[in-house]
Amino acid sequence: MSPSESCHHLLDSLSAYVDGELSEALCRELERHLADCEDCRVVIDTLKKTIELYRETIAEPEVPADVRARLFQRLKLEDYLD
Amino acid sequence: MAVTKMPQSASNPQKSQNPVSSEDFSLEALRRGDPLEFARLVDAYSGMIYRLAKRILQNPQDAEDILQETFIKAYNALPRFDGRSRLSTWLYRIATNEALMLLRKKRPPTVSVDSPGGNDADDDGLPLQIVDWCCLPESELMSEEARRHLERSIEALPETLKTVFVLRELEGLSVRETAQVLEISEAAVKTRLHRARLALREALTVYFKERLPQVS
Ligand SMILES: [Zn+2]
Repeated sequence: MSPSESCHHLLDSLSAYVDGELSEALCRELERHLADCEDCRVVIDTLKKTIELYRETIAEPEVPADVRARLFQRLKLEDYLD
Repeated sequence: MAVTKMPQSASNPQKSQNPVSSEDFSLEALRRGDPLEFARLVDAYSGMIYRLAKRILQNPQDAEDILQETFIKAYNALPRFDGRSRLSTWLYRIATNEALMLLRKKRPPTVSVDSPGGNDADDDGLPLQIVDWCCLPESELMSEEARRHLERSIEALPETLKTVFVLRELEGLSVRETAQVLEISEAAVKTRLHRARLALREALTVYFKERLPQVS
């Protein structure tokens, strides 16, 4: 099932909450709501876990050596390749 | 002089970006076309530009073209660079615009016109799947298959959300710098990042709920 209408405006502030950027007043309001709302607790826990997973598992490569070599060639910077 | 060379195994991309800052470059040397200084600039920022273009275009050849075009444009425009924004911001903006232009050329905008990210005020992207999968074992959460699913879900994000997500979360730019690169407001950056995160949470929930122990 999906969260009730009363949850919707709080959901908009979840990222700010997770990032620690929510004002104290909104933070208290959200935490009061979380105490009574299982659905929102699940959304926030799985949101936090999602962030943790992409931070931990998505590693991106540097420029491959051949791509770098062609780039330097195109820019007429061959003399500075290494 | 491989300024950006990082260990291939770097598992945290947050740590592998911007090894030098704009302040480390002599604008004066860059403006007069000093090749050594320009080569340093290329090495400092090509990783970020290549990854960004690859994410947007989903194709290594296109990413390479964008990488080359970005630095050719930058080289020609440097004498007119006013130094009001950071060099990195300016370079990422050129790269993002080039990549988005190529994307639109290759893929007519029928796909993204109705994307929820296009309108920052609308109310799409609400969580639909309420399933707690946090209890799954690490081996399941961090499996190679789960990682690939996450990769595909990032690729599937609408372009407006994806560019913000990549700059802010994968490349570690600040909210402010992301806003300057994309020429949107800081509020829009935050909203789009939130939507991107919710969309990925949704995609992971769909994936992981199949893997929860069945209780009846
Ligand atoms: Zn709720």
